[in-house]
Amino acid sequence: MVDSYTNVSVDKIIAEFKDVKSGLLPALHAIDEKYKVIPEEALVKLSQVFNIPVSQIYGVATFYAKFAVNQRGKNVIRFCESAPCHIAGAAELVAAFEKQLGIKAGETTLDGKFTLEFCQCVGMCQEAPVFTINQQPYFNVSIEEIPEILARF
Amino acid sequence: MSLAKEQRIVLNNYDKINPASIDEYIAQGGYQALKKALTMSSAAIIDELKASGLRGRGGAGFPTWLKWSFTAPIEADQKYIVCNADEGEPGTYKDRLIMDKDPYRLIEALTIAGYTLGATKGYIYVRGEYPQSQQSLNTAITGTKAAGMMGKNILGSGFDFDLEVFSGAFAFVCGEETAIIESIEGKRGEPRIRPPYPGTVGLWGKPTVINNVETLANIPAILNNGGKWFASIGAVKYPGTKIMTLSGDVVNKTFVEVPTDTTLYDIIYGFGGGVTGGDFLAVQVGGNSGGVLPESLLNTPIDFDSMMAAGGSLGTGAVFVINDKRDLLDVVKNMAHFFTEESCGKCTPCREGCQRLYDFMVKVCDGKATVKDLKIANGLARVMNKSALCGLGQAAPTPVQTAIKFFGNKFEEKLLQNS
Ligand SMILES: Cc1cc2nc3c(=O)[nH]c(=O)nc-3n(C[C@H](O)[C@H](O)[C@H](O)COP(=O)(O)O)c2cc1C
Ligand code: SF4
Ligand code: FES
Repeated sequence: MVDSYTNVSVDKIIAEFKDVKSGLLPALHAIDEKYKVIPEEALVKLSQVFNIPVSQIYGVATFYAKFAVNQRGKNVIRFCESAPCHIAGAAELVAAFEKQLGIKAGETTLDGKFTLEFCQCVGMCQEAPVFTINQQPYFNVSIEEIPEILARF
Repeated sequence: MSLAKEQRIVLNNYDKINPASIDEYIAQGGYQALKKALTMSSAAIIDELKASGLRGRGGAGFPTWLKWSFTAPIEADQKYIVCNADEGEPGTYKDRLIMDKDPYRLIEALTIAGYTLGATKGYIYVRGEYPQSQQSLNTAITGTKAAGMMGKNILGSGFDFDLEVFSGAFAFVCGEETAIIESIEGKRGEPRIRPPYPGTVGLWGKPTVINNVETLANIPAILNNGGKWFASIGAVKYPGTKIMTLSGDVVNKTFVEVPTDTTLYDIIYGFGGGVTGGDFLAVQVGGNSGGVLPESLLNTPIDFDSMMAAGGSLGTGAVFVINDKRDLLDVVKNMAHFFTEESCGKCTPCREGCQRLYDFMVKVCDGKATVKDLKIANGLARVMNKSALCGLGQAAPTPVQTAIKFFGNKFEEKLLQNS
C-alpha cells in the first residue's frame, strides 16, 4: 500500500519549502512523490504556510495532470495517446493492460496497487508506443510481456 | 540518394563526452565562450547575435538579439532568464537530447544570457516528464559551481549568477512563455494577457527573457566562431541548423541536426530512410500544432519562413510521417483530441472551440458529418486562429484546417451525401 500520510509528515515536507519564493509547486511535487496524492490535510496546511486561500491551492493542485486529489494506486501506469503512439498501437496496449488488471483506464485496482491513466507525449516517440510506470518509460513491449512486467511491482 | 549532410552545432558533443563531466566539456572547448563574453559589453554580445541571425527554436522564430535588446538596457533591481524546457509538442524530443547529453552547454549559454541581460538568476523549466534531464542538469549545475563558474563573482568578473531547475507537472500549456511564469510563481499555468510582455513585466513582475533550450545551445558556438560564421549556414533568413526528430511511419525513427536549407524530402527519404508500412501520405511538421502536409510540399526547405509560406510551420522540428495505409481522418481526430486535453480553459474560443473541433472530427469519422458541419468547422477554426488568447488555441485548429485544405477528398468521401 501507499504510505499513509499523517499530519506530522506532511508538515515536515511542507516546512522544507516554506521560505522558498517559488516553493508551492516543489512542495506539491514532494507530497505527490511520497503519497501519490495531495491529501486534503496538505491543501489546508499549504494554504496556511504559503498564505494562499485553500481554494486557490486546490485550483493549482487540480490544474496539473501530475497531481491528484483523489487517491491513486501505489504504481501509476500512464499510456501516451499522442498521435505517434496512437498509430503505433497504443490502444491495443491499453486494452491488454485493462484486461490483465480488470480495470478501465482512469481506475485503480481494488488492492490499491495500480492506476491506469492516459497521458500525452512523453518525448520518447522514436520508441512508440510508450507507457510509463512511476515515470519510468517502457518501450516496444509486446502484449505477452505484460504479466511479467506487472509482477515486478 | 540524398546529398544533404548533417551538421552538428548544438549536438556537437552528443555521445562524444561524458555528460556529467565538466572536464570533458572543457576539453571540447567548453566555457571558452563564457570567458570571452565576460570580456565583452552587453551591447557587443547582442551585436554578435544580431550578426548571426539566430532566431528562436521554440516555435515562434523571433530574433534572439531583438528579444534580448529590449530587456538588457532596462534598469531593475532584479531580472530573470528562463530557459523553456517544457518540450511538450508530440513527436518532439530535441531539447531532451541536449539536456541529457550536453547539459554544460546549456548552462554555459544561460550564464552568458544572464551576463548579457543583467539577470543574476535563471530558471530552467523542465517538463515533469523528464526526471532524467532534471537530474542531468542538476549534476551539471553542481559541477559548474564546484569549478567556480557559477555563484558569486564568476571568474573574477564581478558578475553573480545562479541557476535553478524547476520541474513542470504535466501541462503542455506551461510551455507558453507567460504560462511558464505563472507556473514558477506557483499558480495554475494559464497564459497572461499581453502586453505587457515578459521582457518588461515577467516573473514576479520583473523583466524576464524566455528562450528555448535549442536556441540557447547555439550561443556558445556563435560567440566562439562569430556571428558571420553562423549566418553563413543554412537558410539566409533563418540561419544555422535545426534538430529534427522523426517519428511515425518512417524507417529511421531518429533525430538529425541539419542546416536549415535542408528539404523535408531529404529529411524523410535521406536521413529517415523513407516510409514504412506503405507509401507516403502525409507528414505533420512541428508537433501536434503543426500542419498536415501532402507530398507536393516535400521539396520545401525546413526553415521558418519557407515552411510558413508553404502553409505549414517549422514549429519544434518534429517530423511525424503518416503512410497511405493509415486512416488519416482518425489520426487527425487524435490530433484534435490532444487540444481538448491540454487547453487551459481560460478563454472561450479555445476552451469551447477545441471540444467542438474534436466533436466535428468524431462526426466525420463516424460518417455523420454534413457539408454544413464542414463549413461551420472551417469558420470556427478561423475564429480560434484570430481570437484565442495564446498560441495553443490559435494553432489548435491547424491539423484539422490543413487536413481539410490538403486532403479535402478524404473528408468529401466521408461526408453525408446531399447534406
Ligand atoms: C501552448 C504553447 C506551448 C509552447 N511550448 C513550448 C515549449 O515546450 N518549449 C519552447 O521552447 N517553447 C514553447 N512555446 C513557445 C514559447 O511561448 C516561446 O515562444 C519560446 O519559448 C521562446 O523561445 P525562443 O525565442 O528561444 O524560441 C510554446 C508556445 C505555446 C503557445
Ligand atoms: S488559447 Fe487555450 S490554452 Fe491559451 S489561454 Fe486560451 S484557453 Fe488557455
Ligand atoms: S508520442 Fe508518445 S512518446 Fe511522443
